Amino acid sequence: MIPAPFDYHRPDSLEGVMSLIREHGDEARVMAGGHSLIPMMKLRMAEVPHLIDLQAIDSLRGIRIDGDKITLGAMVTQHELIDHAELATKAPILREAALQIADPQVRYMGTVGGNVANGDPGNDMPGLMQCLDAQFTLHGPEGTRTVAARDFYEAAYMTARTDEEVLTEVTFAATGGGYAYEKQKRKIGDYATAAAAVLISKSGGQVSAASVAMTNLSDVPVFSQGAADALVGTDCGDAAVDAAVAAALAEIDPTEDNRGPVAFKRHVAGIIIARTIRGAFNRA
Amino acid sequence: MSNKMHIQLNVNGEAHEFLAEPRELLIYALRERLNITGPHVGCDTSHCGACTVTLDGKSVKACTMFVAQANGAEITTIEGIGSPDALHVLQESFREHHGLQCGFCTPGMITRAVKLLEENPTPTEEEVRFGMAGNICRCTGYQNIVKSILAAANEMNAQPSSSEAVGHNKVEAAE
Ligand SMILES: Cc1cc2nc3c(=O)[nH]c(=O)nc-3n(C[C@H](O)[C@H](O)[C@H](O)COP(=O)(O)OP(=O)(O)OC[C@H]3O[C@@H](n4cnc5c(N)ncnc54)[C@H](O)[C@@H]3O)c2cc1C
Ligand code: FES
Ligand code: FES
Repeated sequence: MIPAPFDYHRPDSLEGVMSLIREHGDEARVMAGGHSLIPMMKLRMAEVPHLIDLQAIDSLRGIRIDGDKITLGAMVTQHELIDHAELATKAPILREAALQIADPQVRYMGTVGGNVANGDPGNDMPGLMQCLDAQFTLHGPEGTRTVAARDFYEAAYMTARTDEEVLTEVTFAATGGGYAYEKQKRKIGDYATAAAAVLISKSGGQVSAASVAMTNLSDVPVFSQGAADALVGTDCGDAAVDAAVAAALAEIDPTEDNRGPVAFKRHVAGIIIARTIRGAFNRA
Repeated sequence: MSNKMHIQLNVNGEAHEFLAEPRELLIYALRERLNITGPHVGCDTSHCGACTVTLDGKSVKACTMFVAQANGAEITTIEGIGSPDALHVLQESFREHHGLQCGFCTPGMITRAVKLLEENPTPTEEEVRFGMAGNICRCTGYQNIVKSILAAANEMNAQPSSSEAVGHNKVEAAE
């Protein structure tokens, strides 16, 4: 499969990216790891006359941990997330989720920025970022702004990012308590049939705070405040988990595809959400 | 449009320079331009790992990388890992333990396994399976591939030179 021709650019600064975008307008598009974009270009589902490779921009790299504040540069790879010892203690759900993305080769190339900016409902990081209440920093011709992950996704492949903006970093607070990312897939390396991210804090045997989000169960990642409310103040027993699952399922809208019909997806989602909640509670 | 670019690749210790359209995929540059035909095209859709090469220390699928992206990189293919007269421990081990049948997946398997053992010299069976998850084999049922890699790890650890690097990168299987 051969993609349509393009001109290739490898600027070494964000200013360089901005001037290329100014010059080429909507003919230009940035590429991070290329592991969503290149397959689309090979299928000619994406045509990019001016491809701007972000690999040489050092300011987009690196994981920074400053007390409780965690910042991931857009070009941090999934492999780097898995390999980072301090991140694994400060926000272990990242490593747990990253280990369930694709396969080793893809994880060496695939980046956090590409995964969250892509807007594919199948991507795992957007759901995770709902759970973490992460903030995305966008740099554009008008300067820099921050958008909450929970406000970022509008529809499949449609996000709050404008075509002229580059996502530069993702920030969130270190997590305490229990965590879990569970994913049902047809085979290793596959996108989710259903996946869920849950954080739970416990005090005196009861849930004191919770966050519940889901992947690939609607055309956008879904954060469920209702599911969290159903858990807080309970001992996370069967009745509470059932109520949380019911609240979460009320907020999804899966579509039929080669991973199964809607009824099957709702069934799988229910099991995965319950398993993720129990997993997070047991670790809290 | 699409001007040809001046590309420099260092493959298996040898420098290559040529002009290519940026959209050329690395796998075709290696196979058709440089005649380095060890890495194979199994699927051309990023799924099978037959095209795996090591690029700047990472295992990558050469069908999912533009030659322009690889410009300036250091690449190792199966041709740079061992030779018929001096097989790499992993190659010897695949032969010994029947880690291949048709052999189509084998260059990618071994190239990936070299990197896996570099990062985790003492893997468990589960870690081998997880670390090899990007490589598909239609013939063997994987049993003998896993056996070959575990045996090679033992062999390499028994050799004094590689004994200092002990598993800093152990990854529990997320399955
Ligand atoms: C075989 C296979 C299996 C996979 N399985 C999974 C899986 O299970 N779960 C999962 O989540 N993903 C999966 N992926 C996708 C993979 O994780 C991608 O790497 C990821 O979706 C995109 O990251 P990237 O860095 O490769 O982005 P690219 O492909 O380079 O870019 C993706 C999109 O985001 C845009 N973009 C990239 N970076 C930025 C930025 N900094 N600012 C603005 N826009 C940007 C690009 O223009 C493009 O539109 C799989 C991929 C493959 C090939
Ligand atoms: S040919 Fe590259 S992954 Fe199959
Ligand atoms: S030996 Fe035939 S595909 Fe693996």
